[in-house]
Amino acid sequence: MTEKRITDIGPPNYKQFLPPIITKNYGKWDHHEILKPGVMVHVGESGDKLFTVRVGSPRLLGITTVRWFADLADKYCDGYLRWTSRNNVEFLLTDPKKIEPLIAEVEAGGFPVGGMGNGISNIVHTQGWVHCHSSASDASGTVKSVMDELMPYFKQMTLPAKLRVAYACCLNMCGAVHCSDIAILGVHTRAPIIEHDNLPKMCEIPTLVASCPTGAIRPATVDGKQSIEIVEEQCMYCGNCFTVCPAVKINNAKTDGVSIWVGGKVSNARATPKFSKLAVPYLPNNPPRWPEVVGWVKKIVEVYAANARKHERLGEWIERIGWPKFFEMIDQPFTKYHIDDFKHAGETYTRTAQLRHA
Amino acid sequence: MTEEKRKTPLLDELEKGPWPSFVKEMKKEAHRPMVQDALSQLERSYEEHISHWKHGGLVGVMGYGGGVIGRYSDLADEFPNVAEFHTHRVNQPSAWFYTSKALRTLCDIWEKHGSGLTNFHGSTGDIVFLGSTTEEIEPLFADLTKNGWDLGGSGSNMRTPSCCVGPARCEWAMYDTLDACYNITQQFQDELHRPFFPYKYKFKFSGCPNDCVASIARSDCSVIGVWKDDIRVDQKKVAEYAKTVDIENEICDLCPTQCISWDGKTFEIDNPNCVKCMHCINVMPKALKPGLERGATILIGGKAPIVGGALLCSVFVPFLEMDPESDYADLKELTDAIWELWGEHGKARERTGEFIQRVGMSNFLEEIGLDPIPEMVIHPRTNPYIFFDDEIFEQAGE
Repeated sequence: MTEKRITDIGPPNYKQFLPPIITKNYGKWDHHEILKPGVMVHVGESGDKLFTVRVGSPRLLGITTVRWFADLADKYCDGYLRWTSRNNVEFLLTDPKKIEPLIAEVEAGGFPVGGMGNGISNIVHTQGWVHCHSSASDASGTVKSVMDELMPYFKQMTLPAKLRVAYACCLNMCGAVHCSDIAILGVHTRAPIIEHDNLPKMCEIPTLVASCPTGAIRPATVDGKQSIEIVEEQCMYCGNCFTVCPAVKINNAKTDGVSIWVGGKVSNARATPKFSKLAVPYLPNNPPRWPEVVGWVKKIVEVYAANARKHERLGEWIERIGWPKFFEMIDQPFTKYHIDDFKHAGETYTRTAQLRHA
Repeated sequence: MTEEKRKTPLLDELEKGPWPSFVKEMKKEAHRPMVQDALSQLERSYEEHISHWKHGGLVGVMGYGGGVIGRYSDLADEFPNVAEFHTHRVNQPSAWFYTSKALRTLCDIWEKHGSGLTNFHGSTGDIVFLGSTTEEIEPLFADLTKNGWDLGGSGSNMRTPSCCVGPARCEWAMYDTLDACYNITQQFQDELHRPFFPYKYKFKFSGCPNDCVASIARSDCSVIGVWKDDIRVDQKKVAEYAKTVDIENEICDLCPTQCISWDGKTFEIDNPNCVKCMHCINVMPKALKPGLERGATILIGGKAPIVGGALLCSVFVPFLEMDPESDYADLKELTDAIWELWGEHGKARERTGEFIQRVGMSNFLEEIGLDPIPEMVIHPRTNPYIFFDDEIFEQAGE
């Protein structure tokens, strides 16, 4: 006799995971204040105070560390904790005397406290070579290398405004990086290589043909077998075909690389939400530490930090000074790759004589 | 496995440095042969600059079409313990709150059935369990559901909704994001687990226009909290802030509609012209508070580039009441109308945003029964290629 199968129960009700101080002050918070980098207090209309300690994490966690977080929550927070949308852990305390001992123990364990206010929070990112089939680069390794370098900005709040960095290992953008202050994006740069022997066995040809957004894939007979051909000039390396047919190999060890995009945001504060725009078209995959990528991100952050006005996000600053000036300041040549040639590209052309002539 | 194969000199480099190391995380779990092989295969990727994972192969739990993503090594002969290394998405609780007890339960279940590697959290918001064999999928699922957990979405279904911290710990939550997220997730369990759609459909719930879950960029249905009435101003506290904040430069000048004035004594807002951007409130949270007539703006059609290019969501409903007592009936009605139309006429792998562009916003609105309003566009059309209906003649004659 088997047990009754349980399905479609959905997630557990969040209410059971809220600490009593939150249940009591739910929807009745009055204000908050950042006390120091990584530590803030929320004050309820009741006068109750809830302290939050924010901790950076690599997102990829073993259960050993998750259990350690649970132990810390028991020791300092009556067993309650949460994660943020940027993969930081937040410990929720009611006793301010426990803040410093918690910070000491967390940092001794190798996890940094910070990521608040006008600094750099955790990088949201994708799986990369750790666990994805279509990645053009590795996510965790690049992110680790970049964050090692940007650590001072995680631990302090010295930037003009917040700066959000995101990483996606291919154009699928599981990390939806397209509206980040700085987006690091893995790119395929060549049309897929077709495995004609495997293709008829593994894939449906009409589905494969239909998968191409530019119509670059056509049915073809190769060595007497049903297969496809790809019009290389029409391919924009999106990898959609690879997703529907594993015999169309988009990954290419020699030519896959990384691009850097800047000036996006999602918040509605001041300027409206913006897409990130191309800054650096192509950098090589250079594991284990991707020095070219790290160098470019660091340079862009430093130029921004030194020149933007208070409250100005990266994109708002660039729009004020103009893109020509930005490219000059980061010492990146403007190339043909920077000019859009996809749908609605014309919307991005300068159609005015209002230019700076320095 | 030989000693030689266990060596990971490239990955070892990533154990160094101040940021917490994912390599250390993997090594802590490497007493399981599966994780050791995952590390060795990753080292190979670092040597060769290419992924060694294959996709494809339908795996999942009985009766569901999503929640488990099949993952196989293309070096299975060399690394047999990751021949199968499937991903499981476990539906997270609203706003990612946990108790230590709940976390330990999840860890115990995952230790029993898989690699012990996780993501807290995946990009869509789920708890991600990285790496199990096909054989363990169903027993893992049984243990999860027995303990009150369920799988999230993958493939062409409603994806796992997510929300910001909301009223649980934020004074700016204009509606109960946690409740709305939980309610919608429970309402649409069938759509979450069984892929019937042309492609994925994502919900994200942000409590205010700061949009901490990036809903406008990352979801098909973005629900952004907003208020209609006046920002509440505490003049005494503004005066306090004036000691450290240059109100003229840092607030008045940065207001997108220039609707704030400050004469050194009184902070005045021309509220009908305020577009609720949050900047002034963000800078002076003790002195300025959002109004009390609260609800949400509903925006539709955001997505990342694949396939037809990236899109931000656009406005559908400028203000919708989000009273939990209403059971979010209006949002559900709008959702049903969108799903019916897009479900019927959308092409395979066509997101709602792309579908709207293909069929035209006006047609889309007509079909789902929403009236066109000027808030939906930055400005009216500039090209004269208008498709006129017969009724235009009657309207002109009136």
